[in-house]
Amino acid sequence: MSFDTPKTLSDIAIERLAERVETAQRYATPIHKLTEDYPDLTVAEGYRVQTALRRSLEGRGQQVIGWKAGLTSKPKMAQMGVSTPAIGFLTDAMERPANSAISVSDLIHPRVEAEIAFVTKVELSGKVSAADVMAATDYVQPALEVIDSRFSGFKFDLESVIADNSSSARFVPGGRMVRPDALDLRTVGVVMEHNGQIAQIGAGAEVLGHPAEAIAMLVGVLDDIGETLPAGSFVMAGAITAAIPVKAGDTITARFYEMGSITVTLTD
Amino acid sequence: MLDQSRTDALGDALYDALTSGKPTPKISALEPDSDIEDAYRIQLRMLQRRLDAGDTVIGKKIGLTSRAIQDALGVYQPDFGQVTQAMLFEDGATIDLGTLMQPRLEGELAFRLKSDLMGPGVTVTDVIRATDYVTPCFEIVDTRFDDWQIKIQDTVADNASCGVFVLGSAQADPRDLDLSLAGMVLEKNGEVIATGAGAAVQGSPVMAVAWLANTLGKLGIGLKAGEIILSGAQAPLMAVADGDHFTCEIAGVGKCEMRFKGEAQV
Repeated sequence: MSFDTPKTLSDIAIERLAERVETAQRYATPIHKLTEDYPDLTVAEGYRVQTALRRSLEGRGQQVIGWKAGLTSKPKMAQMGVSTPAIGFLTDAMERPANSAISVSDLIHPRVEAEIAFVTKVELSGKVSAADVMAATDYVQPALEVIDSRFSGFKFDLESVIADNSSSARFVPGGRMVRPDALDLRTVGVVMEHNGQIAQIGAGAEVLGHPAEAIAMLVGVLDDIGETLPAGSFVMAGAITAAIPVKAGDTITARFYEMGSITVTLTD
Repeated sequence: MLDQSRTDALGDALYDALTSGKPTPKISALEPDSDIEDAYRIQLRMLQRRLDAGDTVIGKKIGLTSRAIQDALGVYQPDFGQVTQAMLFEDGATIDLGTLMQPRLEGELAFRLKSDLMGPGVTVTDVIRATDYVTPCFEIVDTRFDDWQIKIQDTVADNASCGVFVLGSAQADPRDLDLSLAGMVLEKNGEVIATGAGAAVQGSPVMAVAWLANTLGKLGIGLKAGEIILSGAQAPLMAVADGDHFTCEIAGVGKCEMRFKGEAQV
């Protein structure tokens, strides 16, 4: 992906779009996808909006603690016509503890995904390989991600979803931490239960053949937007199963082969 | 209930379809009132014809174990068929599609028993203790009917739609891993095409084998030491074609591989 296309939107227009997204996030009020007003919005501009959103949240005291990769399954990529994941940033304010209750009253249409998260021990920058990612990883662990598109009816296009921080909303690290070489992450089975019933089943290879591939691509996208991945980052590699729509009163449990489990209950 | 001459005739028709490669009309169309018991009697007749021709039973397969397939057929229990020596291929085998009719591929876990299991009353503990090893396995399902738009009595009569199977050489002791959460990765020509886990099979493949032992036990049939039990697909059915190379890898167990050549008969 090349992001050196000429700037067509002014910095002020970018700031306004970021405000629109931030307001929708803060008040849990859906908005129309940005491409309705800006049909020519590009992926690069989507990331400029996301960066403006990140700067604004940092200005309000939130700290960026890591990143997430989205659109990491081959079918989703084909559906969206992309060859690299969409990425989003994670802040301390989005984190929720495992085995706890998570409020959904401040979310629009939350969905839960099961993922493998990587915690890095050295900085990663530029174009890197999955092997580089594995070598830079301190440990991996299970995570749940609560995604929440701010767009009406979960209807969006790639440019809008990137501007909306790739639907990032909440994340829950949990389960058992594992050294990256202690387990074949491709064959880690994941079973998601929704209110006690098995709802989704998959294995780590669902994420681009190996979750570390998604992290490597994420680092590449960071490079495209002029960022690096600092040591100590918490990075989610992308959904292993389809997202499960949830509402207050629901319980989600994700069980991971040799990596324990995470349960969350959704409340008002 | 169909009389025996009718179930024998339908079993013979399925055997003829199997040996000629020419499909036969569905049981559900010919005998809309037939039930699952009729279907198992038809299955037994088709099997008897194979044994008369010199084949031998070496185990069982469990089918209809996934929620998606049960929803599709509106049947909320598994079924079973018998696997024979002639259906067995070794790890790495190339299978000639010309010997099959409408093949589809499944990845699953197979159990080899080291002691007999006689239901009813067989528990998951009994299954684990009676298991010599588990191994990754491809089952190539096939239908001897006109197409795959089949009903429960069709698949049961047609030996639970079993075609042939490829048994892995990798083996694991079932006491060494979580068979419910062990992930399965299916690759076709080097690309991941599906993933799953043991939980896709009745919550756990061990549960499926216990179900089989208990179901057969009601009919006075036991599972025997040395038998191979195909426990059920862990991911959706996959289309296959000339030249395809597949691998099936299961966490904690290992990998099995196979190839296809030629063209299917139907």
